[in-house]
Amino acid sequence: MKKAFWLAGIAAMALTQPATAGDTIKIGFVSTFSGPTAVIGNDMRNSFELALDHLGRKMGGKPVEVIYEDDGQKPDIGKQKTEKLVQSDKVDFIVGYIWSNVLLASLKTAVDSKTFLITANAGPSQLAGELCSPYVFSTSWQNDQTPQAMGTYMTQKGVKSVFLIGPNYAAGKDMLAGVKSTFKGEVKGEEYTVWPSQLDFSAELTKAKNSGAESIFVFYPGAAGVQFLNQYAQAGLKQTMPLYTAFTIDELSLPLQKDNAIGVPGAQEWVNDLPNEENKRFVADYRKKYTGKRPSFYGAQTYDAASLINSAVVAVKGDTSKKDEMKAAMQKATFKSVRGSFKFGNNHMPIQNFYLQDVVKDADGQLSLKTVATIVKDDQDRFHQKCPMK
Amino acid sequence: MLVVVEQFLNGLQFGLLLFLLAAGLTLVFGIMDFVNLAHGSLYMMGAYFAATFVAWTNSFILGVFMALGATLLLGVVLEFVALRHLYGRDHLDHVLATFGLILFFNDAVRLIWGPAGLVLPLPSWLTMPVQILPGVYYPAYRLSIIVVALLVAALLYWVVMRTRVGMLIRAGASNREMIGALGINIKLLFTLVFGLGAALAGLAGLMQAPILTVQIGMGENILILAFVIIVIGGIGSIRGAFLAAIFVGLIDTLGRAFLPDLLRMVLSSTAASTAAPALSSMLIYLLMAIVLVVRPEGLFPAAKR
Repeated sequence: MKKAFWLAGIAAMALTQPATAGDTIKIGFVSTFSGPTAVIGNDMRNSFELALDHLGRKMGGKPVEVIYEDDGQKPDIGKQKTEKLVQSDKVDFIVGYIWSNVLLASLKTAVDSKTFLITANAGPSQLAGELCSPYVFSTSWQNDQTPQAMGTYMTQKGVKSVFLIGPNYAAGKDMLAGVKSTFKGEVKGEEYTVWPSQLDFSAELTKAKNSGAESIFVFYPGAAGVQFLNQYAQAGLKQTMPLYTAFTIDELSLPLQKDNAIGVPGAQEWVNDLPNEENKRFVADYRKKYTGKRPSFYGAQTYDAASLINSAVVAVKGDTSKKDEMKAAMQKATFKSVRGSFKFGNNHMPIQNFYLQDVVKDADGQLSLKTVATIVKDDQDRFHQKCPMK
Repeated sequence: MLVVVEQFLNGLQFGLLLFLLAAGLTLVFGIMDFVNLAHGSLYMMGAYFAATFVAWTNSFILGVFMALGATLLLGVVLEFVALRHLYGRDHLDHVLATFGLILFFNDAVRLIWGPAGLVLPLPSWLTMPVQILPGVYYPAYRLSIIVVALLVAALLYWVVMRTRVGMLIRAGASNREMIGALGINIKLLFTLVFGLGAALAGLAGLMQAPILTVQIGMGENILILAFVIIVIGGIGSIRGAFLAAIFVGLIDTLGRAFLPDLLRMVLSSTAASTAAPALSSMLIYLLMAIVLVVRPEGLFPAAKR
């Protein structure tokens, strides 16, 4: 693990040395490539590489060089890697960031150096509000938005009461706050678990069961989502307390969750079957390039991040010193998003639709996700007024 | 009141699982004076073996027994090939070598099984909750962990306290040189003890697997807890490991279960919900610190050297 890492580092150095500034478009990529959540980082890298293939590995006529860095899901390491990319690699853009706590730790380094940072997943509330920056764009969502959509759906469905469970870190707090802001029924209790070390949720499930709530809402990304669904099913709650989720069931966790995921609804801004041309091409080519794998929303957002960067570089014809022009180009969001309609709010967070997704058996007999309905249209996050940018 | 019973069972289940891991560790540490950081890797291998064999044989029980045998064999081979040569050395050498083994096992697993992890599905008769008291339903699988772990604990007690091998193990724990001088084949004893420890770790791993997922590095976090337990219980003492493991399991689970509500009485609701998980994960280490201050040799130390 460590060795591969060093080799990658040496390889990256060997690649960067001969290039003089301005010849290439340099992109730093910070995500998780080791440990249990490495599958997410790999999906993001795969999607980014696919996007580069589609662009002919050039942006604005210049070759693109990507430097991948592993944050190990730790804020301190993410910050170090961001510093390295900004200070010694002098990249033009930084993309990636799965985890809100990693992004919050790394944010200042990027913003202070006026390096464009495109978050392809994490969307902490602070970033949409008081910490918004002209140099930061998001091709994902603000954390609260997806659970807000779920809360809206639960209210529409007539759910009377809920018990909330989520991990104790920046995103977990945003997620539970999000569902509370739109769910009109009663919240019977909420529990936060130690993140990411706690994998056994027996105490929390027992509390939920005895709370008198009619349903459970959870946010558990990555492997934790598999573990939660296992334990939820083993506790026999599937028959008695329906589960509602955000970021808990996706194409990466589904092969492990299997039947446990059937009948568990989730909200998402992208689903693999969204009927636009860009998306059809993305999904089909991904499955062709990476045999046996399916893209997840993490990948879709990263693919969009590459398209967004490309639109900025093309606008300045490869001259990445023209930062104001690049910013203006990105704000227009003229790139073709795989999720169809997409535009930015004043805080550079997307304004977009959120869909209800369900798990079904597809034509190959494999479990996959399917769009059931549109929950909200052109949703803007609820922190944009706190952002001083106009 | 019924909630308390259920949370108590949750704590007991977690504690007993920790005991299986800690028992092997304390035996190896106490008797062979060998620090084995790769104990968590054996836990991981047990889970990977079980997931593989259960998928092959389509039988949960058969697969589990095959996995137990495989982990035991792996432990014996590991001892014979690598660890045997390190016994006379310093503890730091043990730490370095077994840390290397952790990296070796993690990468070996990545090569053989891939990075994504596996699942160990339960047979349907273990996936439903059972009624243990009027109105109290408990997951059948968690209940079976409690039963199996208690049986293993009883068996271990019998082996260690009532058999000749056990007598040698106890003698080894109190004075290694002396039993060697008495003509006991200490090499064979060590191999046996290491194999037994490996099988116990494998058992813990494969029993935990259906609750969690089978993934690379799954043994690393839990190994820290196992070390905490053998420090609290007294190094080399199975009885100490048993009581300390149950103690730690209960403190961890009951802390998580009831601390947020207690804190809510004095703090605002949101402050309490975020402070409680942090605080409850500290409780165990707090306990260890107190034990180290009051009884540095642990609560139930093995007989003095």
